[in-house]
Amino acid sequence: MQTLILALTHPVLMTIVPHRRQILSSQHFLAIDDVSHTEINALLDLAQSYVMEGSAQHRQSQLLEGQTQVNLFFEASTRTQSSFEIAGKRLGADVMSMAVSTSAISKGETVLDTAMTINAMHPNFLVVRHPSSGAVELLAQKVSCAVINAGDGQHEHPTQALLDALTIRRHKIVIEGLKIAICGDVLHSRVARSNIHLLNKLGARVRVVAPSTLLPTAIANFGVEVFHTMHEGLRDADVVMMLRLQLERMSGAFVPSQREYYNFYGLNDEKLKFAKPDALVMHPGPMNRGIEIDSNVADGAQSVIREQVEMGVAVRMAVLDALSRNWRTGEAS
Amino acid sequence: MSPGATPHRRAYVNATIIDPFSGLSGPGGILVDDGWILAVGPKVTKEQQGVGTTVLDCVGLTIIPGLVDMRVFTGEPGTEYRETLATASEAAAAGGVTTMIVMPNTQPIIDDAAIVDYILRRARDTAMVRVAPMAAITKGLAGEMMSEIGGLKEAGAVAVTDATHSVANANLFRRALTYAKDFDMLVVQHVEEPSLSRGVMNSSESASRLGLAGIPFMSEVIMLERDIRLVELTGARYHASQISCAESLSVIRAAKAKGLPVTCGVSVHHLTLNENDIGAYRTFFKISPPLRNEGDRRALVAGVIDGSIDVIVSSHDPQSADTKRLPFAEAAFGAIGLETMLSAALGLFHNGTMPLSRLIEAMSAKPAEILGLESGRLAPGAPADFAVVDLNQSWTVQEAKLHSRSKNSPLENCTLEGRVVETVVAGRTVYAYGRRS
Repeated sequence: MQTLILALTHPVLMTIVPHRRQILSSQHFLAIDDVSHTEINALLDLAQSYVMEGSAQHRQSQLLEGQTQVNLFFEASTRTQSSFEIAGKRLGADVMSMAVSTSAISKGETVLDTAMTINAMHPNFLVVRHPSSGAVELLAQKVSCAVINAGDGQHEHPTQALLDALTIRRHKIVIEGLKIAICGDVLHSRVARSNIHLLNKLGARVRVVAPSTLLPTAIANFGVEVFHTMHEGLRDADVVMMLRLQLERMSGAFVPSQREYYNFYGLNDEKLKFAKPDALVMHPGPMNRGIEIDSNVADGAQSVIREQVEMGVAVRMAVLDALSRNWRTGEAS
Repeated sequence: MSPGATPHRRAYVNATIIDPFSGLSGPGGILVDDGWILAVGPKVTKEQQGVGTTVLDCVGLTIIPGLVDMRVFTGEPGTEYRETLATASEAAAAGGVTTMIVMPNTQPIIDDAAIVDYILRRARDTAMVRVAPMAAITKGLAGEMMSEIGGLKEAGAVAVTDATHSVANANLFRRALTYAKDFDMLVVQHVEEPSLSRGVMNSSESASRLGLAGIPFMSEVIMLERDIRLVELTGARYHASQISCAESLSVIRAAKAKGLPVTCGVSVHHLTLNENDIGAYRTFFKISPPLRNEGDRRALVAGVIDGSIDVIVSSHDPQSADTKRLPFAEAAFGAIGLETMLSAALGLFHNGTMPLSRLIEAMSAKPAEILGLESGRLAPGAPADFAVVDLNQSWTVQEAKLHSRSKNSPLENCTLEGRVVETVVAGRTVYAYGRRS
């Protein structure tokens, strides 16, 4: 109850979000495509409150005390996994991380078997990353706890989009009407898909900038403007979001060489000048320095890349909190 | 086989007879004896029958030729847990299919006369319907060396195909066509340029939204166009086993207009479903070639109506839950369809799109003609292979009731209109629904 008292006495929290209001209509958090504009805004507000709390003295909460969060990563991850782990721990949950690629799957167990096994231990949250699109949704159909998608194949990475939006909002206040250029390997990027859905829902004007070989079929139907040069694509942009060139997913030849890619699509000081002078530079990480982004820019004054990581923890705390309200509200009344 | 089903003289009367081969379409009956059709048409009536003939009243029912399905996968030999010739034949019988043409991608692969012989013997001993295999074009389906096409034909293979693989090497395919022509062997190609087909569904906006790798329809068109040029060069009989898009149809039409010996098929799935049915990663809709868009589906239906597409196949491909209950990209391709092909296709007749006789022709007389079989028709002297159908009876596809050993039906829980009430192969009743037996 310490948290509750803290929350009630915390002026920002009181004004932003009444503490037990239900935020998400669904049991799971799987895709930005599934959540509404209202739900996104409520999550961002809640995340913002956790940012404030995170910098305060009492950052350990008992909100999720006695609850179990299992991180199930079928694909290697450093930042997302540790971010979820810290988020859970700050809320008082018992967090366990499993790197599945090194355990059961290598013994031939299927995704569903692994999920069922863990489900039988009755966790409250299952945070899942998987290299196949749709795998997290498949798993969510078979378990009884709340499932959070921490990235599935080339489909979605919804918490990344939320943290990107939170970062933008903190600098630009209002997302509606902003010109946001998403640049690079959109084809292989779940981050790009989630961001396009989310930013469109919040009324931004989203552009994608990439060679055609790195754009998905019919991308224009996602409600984005398509550009093939940085010069045109970055013109007057408020935000420049760079994507990682996913060298590991490239089964064929998508670009002739890294050198050519850097020359035409790598973000350096010169290309950044096409954007607005106060444009934010973002990157979901991990970066290929010298391929899609120059170190000067990545570490420069306009870069908010490190802030994105910080926001990641707050956003994931917000998602855990919001999902837990689906059962906590029941207890409260 | 159930007792009482022994072949003897039987007359099915008061039915509607549909036989596209002879152009029959109207009230009548059919008289069978010792596995053969003796007479068919309006003159076969109850009154005309003598003592010793069993008379079966078929009022309200329609008799069609037994269906000939040119594309059936089983797991025998090698993966019997998916399907055996026996279980596939039960599904076939329940679906009005009296001849199954089985594909060579078994374990071992049907690329040797001895395996053809094994399939034929095994089918004779265990299957309820007629079975004939297609053999491999290339040894081990590897696309490197031609198989013994002459010997395979002598052993009883009705055509050669590399099943789910295209023969990508143009020179090898040219030689296979040239060689097959000497034996008048039909060459059946799975039309897909392999280097363009590494995706898991149609290349489209849906694929982009789902984050799934796409297979562009041009992959099919490119292979089809190349093949047709090689047919022009060699003069061999060529059959594209399944086409899936509107553009392929124009390639086929142009080839036929030139008078080339080219035919093609389409699966019932591609006539009745489209890529949107995949919804949220439903792997039972993952098939090869992939389901395309609604425009393609409509074009394919039109292609069947005007005869540009010759045959409809079930493309029955049993897959176990182990290979289907996986993330979409990792799941196996394939859907079952033997038991539901006719009922699903009848939907196109019931909604007024397709004439019944053309629909039946594409599943009976036409495939029989292409393969040189004497079945697929209701004519005196032909084998007594036919199905008795209640065109208006609806039924719901239920996993537990399907005869196939694998249950990967995209039509699960769908209600279909029109069902088979009796299937007869060589004069024997191999399937009877309800009271009739």
